[in-house]
Amino acid sequence: MELTSLLNTFLGKVIISVAGVMVVFTFNALIAVWLERKISGHIQLRLGPMEVGPHGLLQSAADGLKLICKEIITPQGVDKKLFGVAPYMVFFPSLLMFIVIPFSDRLQVQDLNIGLLYFFSISCIATIGIFMAGWASNNKYSLMGAVRSIAQSIAYEIPIILSILNIVVLTQSLKLSEIVKAQSNMWFIIPQFVPFIIYLISAIAELNRTPFDIPEAESELVAGFHTEYSGMRFAIFFMAEYTNMFLVSAMATTLFLGGWNGPLLPPIVWFFIKTYAIVFIIIWVRWTFPRLRPDQLMNFCWKFLTPLALINLLVTTFILKLF
Amino acid sequence: MQIFICYYPNGLSLNTLILGGSVLESYAYVFLFSIISIVFVTIVTIVPRILSPKAIGEKKLTTYECGEEPIGDAWIQFNVRYYLVALLFVAFDVEVFFLIPWAMVYKNLQGIIFWLEVFLFLVILVLALAYAWAKGVFEW
Repeated sequence: MELTSLLNTFLGKVIISVAGVMVVFTFNALIAVWLERKISGHIQLRLGPMEVGPHGLLQSAADGLKLICKEIITPQGVDKKLFGVAPYMVFFPSLLMFIVIPFSDRLQVQDLNIGLLYFFSISCIATIGIFMAGWASNNKYSLMGAVRSIAQSIAYEIPIILSILNIVVLTQSLKLSEIVKAQSNMWFIIPQFVPFIIYLISAIAELNRTPFDIPEAESELVAGFHTEYSGMRFAIFFMAEYTNMFLVSAMATTLFLGGWNGPLLPPIVWFFIKTYAIVFIIIWVRWTFPRLRPDQLMNFCWKFLTPLALINLLVTTFILKLF
Repeated sequence: MQIFICYYPNGLSLNTLILGGSVLESYAYVFLFSIISIVFVTIVTIVPRILSPKAIGEKKLTTYECGEEPIGDAWIQFNVRYYLVALLFVAFDVEVFFLIPWAMVYKNLQGIIFWLEVFLFLVILVLALAYAWAKGVFEW
């Protein structure tokens, strides 16, 4: 078996994992944008994209082709170095986070011992990229968007980590494969329903999506931190956003919905069904709720979500000690 | 994805293939994926430079502010409350990192005292939150 010997070499593993991640990344970037436009269309009693391909399926590919033929403009007055580096800083965490996602019992690039911690610490790096983009643009809207984005991202980081601490207490592991295996009998969404809701709300806030989209608020800040970006550089921000949407949904699946556990169908199919169910909920929320004000948003995090997450953690651990 | 699954024949011990390997090998992937993302972004920003038409004119380089001429640059002061929120974040972030080792071993610890200790720790931190609240950090 030549294939087997190739697989067992370091190079073989590298090629397969890179190819796999790029396939999932591209597939998701095309499908998630299409889903968003299609679902928003149907929520608003429209059809959404219909022209390119069956039911507009190839619309995202056509958009990508258009964007790659657009000129990349660097406006005068920007900080050229930071302006150029910002897309890299936003994009590379979203690719790095794929490493620890357990797509099935066999498909995981690397099962790091500290997978959970790794995922959430890497996800924070994108915030730096967003601030770089906003600051370097030398545009008032971008700066406003960037500082709002920082305040929001760091604030909602706390409830996220406090809610996942419940899972760590229950499984005694930061290894994602072990967390999934611990859910083979019961998904953690059943005993840990409140943390799941906290996680989902905070994840939507981390993604800067409506109703928490004050950093990019189209109607007041034009597009926030990426107002000055054009062509493919803008597309990179866009791709990173949709990849992050997939990744937080994948993490919600792994932590609360039993990951790849499920009857009959192959594990990877279950994983994608659950992940896209969460993606659907995130899109649904976006097209249902109006935008919050910045003060409401910060108050909701600090005065409600964080105390709730703390109380929940204490109650969970207290109940564990009783039995 | 079907093709991807087919690469793994049943006879292969996949757990050792994917889960095994040293720490160095695990983090080699982190390095590798960083390189790939840098290469990817570089390629997709260089290709349009070759393909795209170039518009001429000075106005395309101006800062977009809804059609108005920009007044001054944007590197100005912003609201000090963002700093206060950031300080609060630092306090809570460090707290969370102290909690992670505790959460890892909590199930094995015997006795309610380990719960009480963390309870006290959290109460002190919530006092900080309450202080910030009373001082009006959250009134925008």
